[in-house]
Amino acid sequence: MCTVCGCSDGETKVLGHSHDHHHHDHDHGHHHHHHYHDHHHYGHGPAGTEVPGMSQERLIEIETDILSKNDRYAQANRAVLTQRGILALNLVSSPGSGKTTLLCKTIEALGDQPLAVIEGDQQTQNDADRIRATGARAVQVNTGKGCHLDGHMVGHAMEHLALEAGSILFIENVGNLVCPAAFDLGEDAKVAILSVTEGEDKPLKYPDMFTAARLAILNKIDLAPHCDVDLDLYEANLRRVNPGIEILHLSARTGEGMAEWLAWLRTHLAEKAIQEAAQ
Amino acid sequence: MHEMSLCEGMRSVIEDQARQHNVARITRVRVEIGRFAGVETKALHFAFDVVMRGSVAEGAELVTLDLPGRALCYDCMKEVEIEARLDPCPLCGGGKLMPQGGDEMRIKDLEVA
Repeated sequence: MCTVCGCSDGETKVLGHSHDHHHHDHDHGHHHHHHYHDHHHYGHGPAGTEVPGMSQERLIEIETDILSKNDRYAQANRAVLTQRGILALNLVSSPGSGKTTLLCKTIEALGDQPLAVIEGDQQTQNDADRIRATGARAVQVNTGKGCHLDGHMVGHAMEHLALEAGSILFIENVGNLVCPAAFDLGEDAKVAILSVTEGEDKPLKYPDMFTAARLAILNKIDLAPHCDVDLDLYEANLRRVNPGIEILHLSARTGEGMAEWLAWLRTHLAEKAIQEAAQ
Repeated sequence: MHEMSLCEGMRSVIEDQARQHNVARITRVRVEIGRFAGVETKALHFAFDVVMRGSVAEGAELVTLDLPGRALCYDCMKEVEIEARLDPCPLCGGGKLMPQGGDEMRIKDLEVA
């Protein structure tokens, strides 16, 4: 995570398309100019602290959340998104659940609905390339050693995308069922994608992610008859860790369940438009 | 899970506070960690020592305070305290519990040299 400003050399980079530099202000008021063409590096930039003198206090009570900085970035993202009626979804899953394939099929099915994609992976631009092949706007964030996207990375990625009002922003998080649960990105909802080949007990093994998700998509449902899975047990385990979770059965390959997923997206986009109008 | 990132978040909060209070050295940091926060305290201690190097809290002692896990039971609709995330409801034995707290990760206070 970005410590003080976070824009020095680091493990993380944003790989956009047309921007060859950008600058931004941080709360302590200095500027960084990046000239990395379409790479944006950032990581850790702890400032050397020079403090003359010392207070007489022995104990400073602060009661501050450790992730408060991330939460501030996330709230700033959320404010921008709500102002423009953009529905933002944080797609979380283990690697290989079929997130990118589901996204590509969803983009095709949504036709002329304006949308954009932020792809998070430790390395490679493969996923952003796959999304761009559908004609959609996409920006790749490589987190380096980082195991999750954070609010700061997503804020910068949003700058690259020039998001249209009323669009859907899909944020494909790093494939990981643990860490992304704790980091708010400014999204409206987390959508957990769980493929039927992963095992019915995954929600019990990694409860935090499924507790944080509003919707769980049981993906690759076409494979269910071939791998002895108990779909009722998947649902029971999901509801055990999150009694309120919504569940959809889907196959990105055969298209089964796609209509329900598209309806879910349209319903939540309409709600976002109402929120925007209410502002 | 990502104790290194958490410590970087802590360092950022601590340095802001040290600047505001005009403090040159922090000797002890007390953090409250909820039972369901998914934080491994051993890993947190290790990461803390590494991440605080070169900061006002270099060499500071890290004290972690456990906060209990609370959940709403969807069967008896009561809020209960549970030890582990997958424990059944202690009142009715129900298995559908929604955490209502216990995911806290908060710096409580800083002791100044």
